[in-house]
Amino acid sequence: MKFGVVVFPGTWSDRDCGWVIDQVLGAELQYLWHKDADLKGSDCVILPGGFAYGDYLRTGAIARFAPVMEKIEEFADRGGLVWGICNGFQILCEAGLLPGALIRNASLEYRCQWTNLAVERTDLQFTSKCTEREVIRVPISHGEGNYFADPATLSRLEQRGQVVFRYCDDTGHVTNNANPNGSMHNIAGIVNARGNVLGMMPHPERCAEAELGGTDGLKLFRSVAESAMKVLVS
Amino acid sequence: MVDERKLREVALTPEEYRVIVEELKRAPNEVELGMLGVLWSEHCSYKSSKALLRRLPSTSPAVIQGPGENAGAVNIGEGWAAVFKIESHNHPSAIEPYQGAATGVGGIIRDVIAMGARPIALLDSLRFGPLPASSHHVEGVVAGIGWYGNCIGIPTVGGEVYFDDCYANNPLVNAMCVGLVRVDRLMRARAEGTGNSLMLVGADTGRDGIHGASFASLELDETSSERRPAVQVGNPFLEKLLLEACMDLAQTDAVVAIQDLGAAGLTSSVAECAGRVPGAGAHIDVARVPRRERGMSPYHVMLSESQERMLVVVERGREAEVETIFDAWDLTSAVIGHVTDDGYLTIVDGSVDVARLPVSLLTDGAPPRRLVGVASEQPPGLDIDALPPLVDAGASLLRLLASPNLSSRRGIFRRYDQMVGDATVIPPGGDAAMLRVKGTRLGLAVTTDCNSRYCYLDPHLGAQLAVAEAARNIVATGAHPLAVTDCLNFANPDRPEVYWEMEETVAGLAHACRALDLPIVSGNVSLYNDSSGESAIYPTPVIGMVGLIHDYGKRLSAGLRSEGDFVLLIGSSHNDLGGTEYLKVEHGYVAGRPPALDLAREKAVNRLVLAAAENGLLHSAHDCAEGGMLVALAECCLLGGVGVRCPAVRPEAPLRMDAAFFGESPSRYVVSLSSRAMPELQSLARRHHVEISLLGLAGGDSIEFEGQFRLSLDEIRQAWEGGLV
Repeated sequence: MKFGVVVFPGTWSDRDCGWVIDQVLGAELQYLWHKDADLKGSDCVILPGGFAYGDYLRTGAIARFAPVMEKIEEFADRGGLVWGICNGFQILCEAGLLPGALIRNASLEYRCQWTNLAVERTDLQFTSKCTEREVIRVPISHGEGNYFADPATLSRLEQRGQVVFRYCDDTGHVTNNANPNGSMHNIAGIVNARGNVLGMMPHPERCAEAELGGTDGLKLFRSVAESAMKVLVS
Repeated sequence: MVDERKLREVALTPEEYRVIVEELKRAPNEVELGMLGVLWSEHCSYKSSKALLRRLPSTSPAVIQGPGENAGAVNIGEGWAAVFKIESHNHPSAIEPYQGAATGVGGIIRDVIAMGARPIALLDSLRFGPLPASSHHVEGVVAGIGWYGNCIGIPTVGGEVYFDDCYANNPLVNAMCVGLVRVDRLMRARAEGTGNSLMLVGADTGRDGIHGASFASLELDETSSERRPAVQVGNPFLEKLLLEACMDLAQTDAVVAIQDLGAAGLTSSVAECAGRVPGAGAHIDVARVPRRERGMSPYHVMLSESQERMLVVVERGREAEVETIFDAWDLTSAVIGHVTDDGYLTIVDGSVDVARLPVSLLTDGAPPRRLVGVASEQPPGLDIDALPPLVDAGASLLRLLASPNLSSRRGIFRRYDQMVGDATVIPPGGDAAMLRVKGTRLGLAVTTDCNSRYCYLDPHLGAQLAVAEAARNIVATGAHPLAVTDCLNFANPDRPEVYWEMEETVAGLAHACRALDLPIVSGNVSLYNDSSGESAIYPTPVIGMVGLIHDYGKRLSAGLRSEGDFVLLIGSSHNDLGGTEYLKVEHGYVAGRPPALDLAREKAVNRLVLAAAENGLLHSAHDCAEGGMLVALAECCLLGGVGVRCPAVRPEAPLRMDAAFFGESPSRYVVSLSSRAMPELQSLARRHHVEISLLGLAGGDSIEFEGQFRLSLDEIRQAWEGGLV
């Protein structure tokens, strides 16, 4: 299993993702420079958190034009695993690989805090190590993570079960209080219809070791790593 | 003779001008005058404080780099050095809170980068006037800090926020940055090697921030807002590029030195870089400096404080290698000059001579100011016997927890990314925060502290208490205090009572640091924090401290963890009510002597806590600070989500009930441990001659002192979390 972690000039979660993949998971890691239109044979491409190009215009608005993005779009079309985290989710929406948009938090403030996520899909290669309706604890860190989509898109997402993670309380109830940023339907993460492109605002790479406060994020990395193993075996 | 108005514009005195003419044996031209003006400003030259600062201890076996460089550095073992510094950005933040605070963060990050270190943590020590009048300052500063730190991807893990009338017109914004570098890759900003190239990299140079350093060396007055152009504007994305490029540079040996461009811009960075090498000089061609706008004169170029720029000394002939690295990060760079061996800073504009000044005149020429300190009036005394007795400890607790100085800071730090880097093993909210050093078991504990109310009441003792309290924050995590960086904030030193405060503060710092074996390896002085001669700030010596734990698996946090644990008070309590938060909140005044400090006892108590932590006896530890034992205990409960049941407090005479609950005697901790560990702790305490007393048993969802009060954690949390809203 080869993870490719994309590095834009203003990316800062690249090394955190790399640390988890390389040091905690023990999987193969390579960094993909934004100027290189080459995925170097990655099996899963991660678009990590940060401020890709400073995000002065709109988060992700410039990043979608990077040379590496064209290859990522082709890769996704072929069914390759693409995983956008935080800024990566914003970029995937800007690039049209996922529907909707991430707008400014309802509080108008940046939020860095732990959240509870209800896992609504466990049949995906990203979440196979989670159990049905499991509640996982994963931190967020963003100023623009308020998921927005028009009513038609939203109902299509719900009907097709494309909502993967929803902010909830610690017992799994999806409540207003548990929503840290005003996201519609408490949406924290969605997947495309084919199930190979995941975008999520929370940071699983920040909770893959007990000393950092939790290990639920590692389940997602493990899911991806093992899904590839299954493919190889079958 | 130059006219006085011109001198005032560059903030030089006629006497200083006379010295310049004498040294140069000619009159300086306008550019030279401007360059000398900024470098001789208080901000750059420390002409009012230099003599005092020499009294501070700055060495220990761990110190690799003391004061005089961009930041200090200490060896933390396994080949790693911790690099850190604290710096003020008070004046800009008073005028333009958002950009002022943001560029303060940007500046301190560059200081750490210049040492070749990767920044791993930021802390911010903030002081404002009372809410709600100060909310515009609070909002701007917090948002600015968050914007810069969050965007560049360095976690903000700690700091402090205080509110007091004395900061209403002069808020304080002190930013600290901590970085890591391999000991053998530590860089120093020395312009070595005649003929080596000077490269300027990063932002293009504009007209922003001209005279910023001089501005920081004046009192604020009604015309200060006209100085807004002297406040710089930040670009954290560009700084991220600089950071990554400098990390790449540090891997090559083509680079001799990196120097941040901060206050006084190109002038000070070139002069300082050359000034660190005896006999070295520099030749700069301003025509080669990439500019943001047309029509800039050499004067503008030399004095611009445009942010996100670095000066890099590159080995001659290897400029292309360095340029390749900058190009990869889309950074503009240009060779603007070279190192010389004539001891002069020579500035040309193409073929035109612009300025030629001895480096030593720029960096060391400012005549030290001979200031006189006169003890200020005795602050109001406190007749403790006249103080009405405590009526209801529970009600007092709720009011104290709801006071802006003690209430939860969550509303602030949740706006900062505290976790990026995957290293934050103790998040903000307790005593010190802790960062692990990845690839090792080492943990770095970091904190800032200062109770300026104590410093106002007794600057000598207050400074000692600030050092001791910062050390206690570190010890409460199980880490050993290692070294200090200090940010000394005062009012106008020309006033004898203010200079006296400076003398007393420095003496107190030196005394406490020597007693606790803590070197001060870097720091900053900020003066003139008063408006039009009125409303001077309290003396505010902010202590930034770094500590080390060899195995972060043994770290402690403040929150109670397990039901049934014994909750203990380590250390002894006295009638220390002077200058306390209790006195202010419950009786409405600031008076008396600050709590007495016995540094030998302090050491003994710290040794006990560290030994107990090392032996794995403790489940939690928390420093007793503002608000005393009961506030500390309540914080332990709130942070851990576990209540406590205690027998009634029956203090033995002469200890008063209010002092037992809310007195601020130093050298105390609230700890918890399992009953099984008690005998071992007791014998350790006897060996260290430290008093320990049982407060109660952890458990339940309330705080109860039998027959005295009982409050649910929900009520307490409501008060605590509502204080800053």
